Amino acid sequence: MLTIIALTVLGVVILAEGMLGKKSWHLPTILVGLLVALVLALYGWNRNLHYYNSMLVVDNTSIAFSSVLIFTTFIIFMFAGHYYKDVVRPLDDIYAILIFALAGSVMMTNFGNLIILFLGIETLSIALYVLAGSHKEAITSNEATLKYFLMGSFLSGFLLFGIALLYGASGSLNMDEISRYTLREAGHLSPIFRTGLFLVIIGLAFKIAIVPFHFWAPDVYEGTPTLLTAFMATVVKVASIVALFRLFSNCFSSIREIWEPTLWILAVLTILVGNFTGIYQPNLKRMLAYSSISHSGYMMLAVLAFSARSSGSLLLYAAAYSVATVTAFGILILIRGAKGNDLYTSFEGIAKKNPLEAVCLTIALLSLTGIPPLAGFMAKYYLFTTALEQGYLWLVILAVSGSAISVAYYFKPIVAMYLKEGDGIKLEAGFAFKTHLIFLTILTLVLGLLPVFLINLL
Amino acid sequence: MITGILIILPLLFSLVVFSLKDEKWIRRMAVTGSVLEFLVSLYGLFLYSTQCHCQLLLNIGWIESLHISFRFGLDGISLLLVLLTTFLTPLIILSSLDHPYRKPSAFYGLILLMEMAFIGVFSASDGLLFYIFWEMALIPAYFICAVWGGNDRIRITFKFFIYTFTGSLFMLVALIYLYLHTPAPHSFEITYLYAAHLTAPEQIWIFAAFFLAFAIKIPIFPFHSWQPDTYTEAPAGGTMLLAGIMLKMGTYGLIRFVLPICPVALKEWGWIALTLSVIGIIYASVIAIRQSDLKRFIAYVSIAHVGLISAGIFALTPKALEGAVIQMVSHGINITGILIIISLIEKRMKTREIPQIEGMANRAPWLAALFMILLLGSIGLPLTNGFIGEFLLLLGIFERNVWMAAIAGMTIILSAVYMLRMYQRTMLGKLREESPEISDISLAEAVPLIPLVIMVIWIGIFPNFFLQLAEPAIREIMNLIHG
Repeated sequence: MLTIIALTVLGVVILAEGMLGKKSWHLPTILVGLLVALVLALYGWNRNLHYYNSMLVVDNTSIAFSSVLIFTTFIIFMFAGHYYKDVVRPLDDIYAILIFALAGSVMMTNFGNLIILFLGIETLSIALYVLAGSHKEAITSNEATLKYFLMGSFLSGFLLFGIALLYGASGSLNMDEISRYTLREAGHLSPIFRTGLFLVIIGLAFKIAIVPFHFWAPDVYEGTPTLLTAFMATVVKVASIVALFRLFSNCFSSIREIWEPTLWILAVLTILVGNFTGIYQPNLKRMLAYSSISHSGYMMLAVLAFSARSSGSLLLYAAAYSVATVTAFGILILIRGAKGNDLYTSFEGIAKKNPLEAVCLTIALLSLTGIPPLAGFMAKYYLFTTALEQGYLWLVILAVSGSAISVAYYFKPIVAMYLKEGDGIKLEAGFAFKTHLIFLTILTLVLGLLPVFLINLL
Repeated sequence: MITGILIILPLLFSLVVFSLKDEKWIRRMAVTGSVLEFLVSLYGLFLYSTQCHCQLLLNIGWIESLHISFRFGLDGISLLLVLLTTFLTPLIILSSLDHPYRKPSAFYGLILLMEMAFIGVFSASDGLLFYIFWEMALIPAYFICAVWGGNDRIRITFKFFIYTFTGSLFMLVALIYLYLHTPAPHSFEITYLYAAHLTAPEQIWIFAAFFLAFAIKIPIFPFHSWQPDTYTEAPAGGTMLLAGIMLKMGTYGLIRFVLPICPVALKEWGWIALTLSVIGIIYASVIAIRQSDLKRFIAYVSIAHVGLISAGIFALTPKALEGAVIQMVSHGINITGILIIISLIEKRMKTREIPQIEGMANRAPWLAALFMILLLGSIGLPLTNGFIGEFLLLLGIFERNVWMAAIAGMTIILSAVYMLRMYQRTMLGKLREESPEISDISLAEAVPLIPLVIMVIWIGIFPNFFLQLAEPAIREIMNLIHG
């Protein structure tokens, strides 16, 4: 609760700074503000707070996930100074909307009531519709925002309709009430409830970009300004997955057999389609879009194989995925700055003059592939172990095959950087930018070597 | 303790080498690091043989809630392979020194990193740790072959990576599955994995998953299609690392994991693996005869030779297993030596095509003599290192199945045919008129070869020392299979 308030205030402060014309204050304020929000979030640890008749439930799981979200936003903002350095127009609107979007995503991890879930998703989505179009001059940005807005608002309708049906059947929007209802009616659930459940799945699947509701993602990612794409691929993705996880593990765990086959098929489709389609992308940004789709498939394993350990696995996975993806986007920003595009050909030979950037991107991509001892491997390992424990052998085998396929595209930039000859340009990354890249890379290594810190939290 | 030093030392030196700028110092540090590592491993051998053949253990907690820890242990088999690694790595580095590799810091740093991963694989007594090092070896291998390789390197090394990575992912699933079936509290420790409760069908699936990973790495027919291309296109040092050490990870994995964990599956379905290995021997030998590129030739020769090793492992008899262990060491020594000679030939003749090389012995008698010894070791002439291993392997396979032994035994004839034919075509005969001026082997070039040649003869004459080292570990594994 305090976190959400703090973030909202932070957004308003940024707008106020904008009105006063203090552009240079934005980033320091945001970074400090995010740290304050992080501390406030951790303040609730082990307290299990309920606000407003359990509209918001702040337990350890939700704190851990909101901390990951806030931290990810923090590391994205560390790139903002570089990304917007040549922009003359005021940036307070973009920054403030990003912070509001973060507040929405934190609501999605703390909800105790379906209305708050919807509120969080809408706060996030409306902010994103604006952000996607924030390069007003660029036609691609306009396309992205229009596509995202039309599809998003349509699918939000599905979600809301689903929630309404769930309410109609169970008589409550409170998660505990619904879970009591499902426990009571497990054998003979009303068709209304089932329909509501599937509409909710569709609505959330769209927000996560689960196959077959993923078609918007690559186009929107490509058109959106790169820094904001990083936000969409990490914070938005993780928040939506966590919302799905929270909803299903708290409300619907007693009626597994109804939704299990559906989610199973969706997870397999997401992993396979995401990975296969990723191979055929011409540039890094679209590739990362498909990478994020396939990773949401892996994270669905945690939703399916719900056990005492799955929230810890999901937490590690979300952290490992976010850190690696943000690193990749950092390099992407540099490449686009230098070459104007991010085709694989633009990466050719950059390792020669930019060894640090090349190594950072390589480690990030290897982590996403799941090569030990990096964070991505440990995350996959825990996720697969949890899933196998619950008997999902075939799901794990298919997921593992997906990992093998993913090598085909994760290695494309690596091959281009190290094995092809290029024009040998020097990427212009400042000292702060480089330090941040090194920090993220070390984080990927540390999470891989000492995953216990996150795993044992939950 | 000593195991910990063995793993940390190459890592430290590799970081040092990576950070160095001066080429002279890069080479010095790479050589120093690998030689130092060899001395440490010799001290390990000393400890092992004086202290009652007990394991050299190291155990540091890591993820305690899941009972995963850094558990390393050296028994006879591991120790032999660690020694092989630490013995070959300095020689491989020495033999690469006069190549003008660009970015030498990365090249030698990666070799040392690979050495660390190899030692980790051979000494891990924890399933997950084994997997982690197994994959860690792949990344430097990929980069060494891809950055410093031949013309078609990008496509071929990529195939190599996808192939081996896919195989090992299934091993990961099998390992996790095993882990979940170990007695509570679950653990990846090797004794727990041995004690896992598995039904017969489960064992078959576990066997299949492990077999896939190891068969690709070794490679066993028909999973070998990545290997000739990769060996041919990789830089000389890279091929030596792949053929001399890396493929032993596969055979070692078979001995360490597959034999003790899936005995029932092996007794029922092991004959398929045995048959595949034997087919591989004949198939690769026949193809080897037709090769004109020396490296590609050696690639097929290697498939044939490791086919015999894996056939011996699947024969499940103590003699064959002893033969397999000793042959793993011999094969590493012989193939590294032959590859060094090939790189010397290539340097002189500017080609690896057999028809364009003739009569080198006229100008380079010492080179030809060293080559001959290594070839004889590889063929398995008595009093060379290849003999004892091949003999034990065939004897062991014979005890299991006469027909298989008869077919596998053709390797003796076939290897003599292709090896001597190659030797005759390249070394003997008249030197061509138009061939460039060639010099005999220089002292610097001979330095990495002499220890190898000495080992060929030493193991050939005194194999007992090595057999005794491995003997208790082999007995233990046989007990696990049959007990």
